[in-house]
Amino acid sequence: MQIHDLEQHFLSKIAEEIKIEPRDWMPDAYRKTLVRQISQHAHSEIVGMLPEGNWITRAPSLKRKAILIAKVQDEAGHGLYLYAATETLGTSREETINDLHTGKAKYSSIFNYPTLTWADMGAIGWLVDGAAIMNQVMLCRTSYGPYARAMVRICKEESFHQRQGFDILLSLSKGSPEQRAMCQDAINRWWWPSLMMFGPKDSDSTHSDQSMKWKIKRMSNDELRQRFIDMIAEQVKVLGMTLPDPDLKWNSERKHYDFGEINWNEFWNVVKGNGPCNKQRIAARKKAWDEGAWVREAAAAYAAKRKRNTQSSTLEAA
Amino acid sequence: MNNQLFNYLLHLADNTLILSHRNSEWCGHGPVLEQDIAITNISLDLLGQARNFYQYAAMLTGNNATEDSLAYLRTEREFKNLLLVEQPNGDWAATILRQFFFSTYQELLYKQLIQCNDAQVAAIAEKGLKEVTYHVRWSSEWVIRLGDGTEESRDRMMVAADELWRFTGEMFIPADYEKEAGISGFGVNVESMQQDWLKKVEAIFEEATLPMPGAAGYMQRGGKEGTHTEHLGYILAAMQYLQRTYPGCEW
Repeated sequence: MQIHDLEQHFLSKIAEEIKIEPRDWMPDAYRKTLVRQISQHAHSEIVGMLPEGNWITRAPSLKRKAILIAKVQDEAGHGLYLYAATETLGTSREETINDLHTGKAKYSSIFNYPTLTWADMGAIGWLVDGAAIMNQVMLCRTSYGPYARAMVRICKEESFHQRQGFDILLSLSKGSPEQRAMCQDAINRWWWPSLMMFGPKDSDSTHSDQSMKWKIKRMSNDELRQRFIDMIAEQVKVLGMTLPDPDLKWNSERKHYDFGEINWNEFWNVVKGNGPCNKQRIAARKKAWDEGAWVREAAAAYAAKRKRNTQSSTLEAA
Repeated sequence: MNNQLFNYLLHLADNTLILSHRNSEWCGHGPVLEQDIAITNISLDLLGQARNFYQYAAMLTGNNATEDSLAYLRTEREFKNLLLVEQPNGDWAATILRQFFFSTYQELLYKQLIQCNDAQVAAIAEKGLKEVTYHVRWSSEWVIRLGDGTEESRDRMMVAADELWRFTGEMFIPADYEKEAGISGFGVNVESMQQDWLKKVEAIFEEATLPMPGAAGYMQRGGKEGTHTEHLGYILAAMQYLQRTYPGCEW
């Protein structure tokens, strides 16, 4: 088949909602976009372990500690699925991790914010995982099969995490005045960064158009962001807390909440590496990788010895 | 209430809580993603065992005690964990070896505990034993892999063994509540486990091509009676700070 025919065939599959699989022909740019998006998604899971891992040793009850450990462990598992999905596109885990460490690949800007109090564990679960779920539910229908299937598995665990996060805040909201203040403070600090997780406005989003045509993305940044705001604006009432936006107001004509302007200057700065924790997050990941080198080398050397021994004993037996 | 049973349960719970705490410090910092997951998984298992023992101890003692009051409101002089489990993580070799020494001990312990005359202790041990069996397999494999891996990994294992060996004897020197546990039958006489423990360690060290540490070296002790190394205070400072700062709250 000519390239032109291959491309027609690919586009007709997309139109008919037939999933694209690893051995199928796909345009180079489609492959590249997916490698970029899925590996960055994987990196986000792994870097995302750090802000929450920060509170494991200080969790205020054994039950909360157990839940938090299990959650961060789930995130490592999600990272593994997503690295595996990236590898189906012909790139290695080492390569993509290297891109993270050199700053070539990004990860979600949200994880560059610090976790300052215990209430941040609740706010991250409720708001950050809540925003992630909005994205991921859409991605369960993404056109690339391995990515869509990873998302189905991940979504189940993520919605569980979101409920657990809300539950942390609910306990705080019913607690002492200090606990309620801690709860409100965490919501204040995490609200705007969570809205930024949906990415730039549609009018400023460079990858969106093509991704929508290829059905990698199924909804625009602004659509998803609006859905999220509508959901959270209702849920915050259950907590008896407020969202830090004086312009947040129900619009009965639009049947949506109106909201204030996002600080895009801050957003672009965090994306470019100038957020409060960008340096320390990458440094922590690089340190783990570099200090683990001798462990990985030892495992490889031992595996090679074992293989040699098995081969020579097989030869002797023969 | 039987005070020695209470102390014995705290000892079992503190061992698992403190080692869980140490392992959880690896979360997000492991040498490779799969092993980050494994060490965190072990941390979670140990925390579950700690909760089971604390809950039983809290029930026995009454006084509005809970698993949390026992974990978060006792001081470093009241904790009864082995010195071994409070040792810093160090590098992956030290973490692996600490886990191997402790899990091997715990497997022998739980195998006997499931036959003890306290039904609740026996049931907790039965659940824990399934987890510990996995911990022993995992840590043994890593001792072998590192011992028989590269020159560097072998050197690091020998440094770790030199560092940790002096804390292993304490496992087999019974505190008063352990003596009582053996006599009354609600627990295990730990002295009786030492030979089996040594045999297993020797076998794995041999497979790992590692020399056995000096078997007769002087052994540190005191953890079981609340005399700890300087490390424990910092662990508790981090672990307990929210409960101490905001007493009497629900979280």
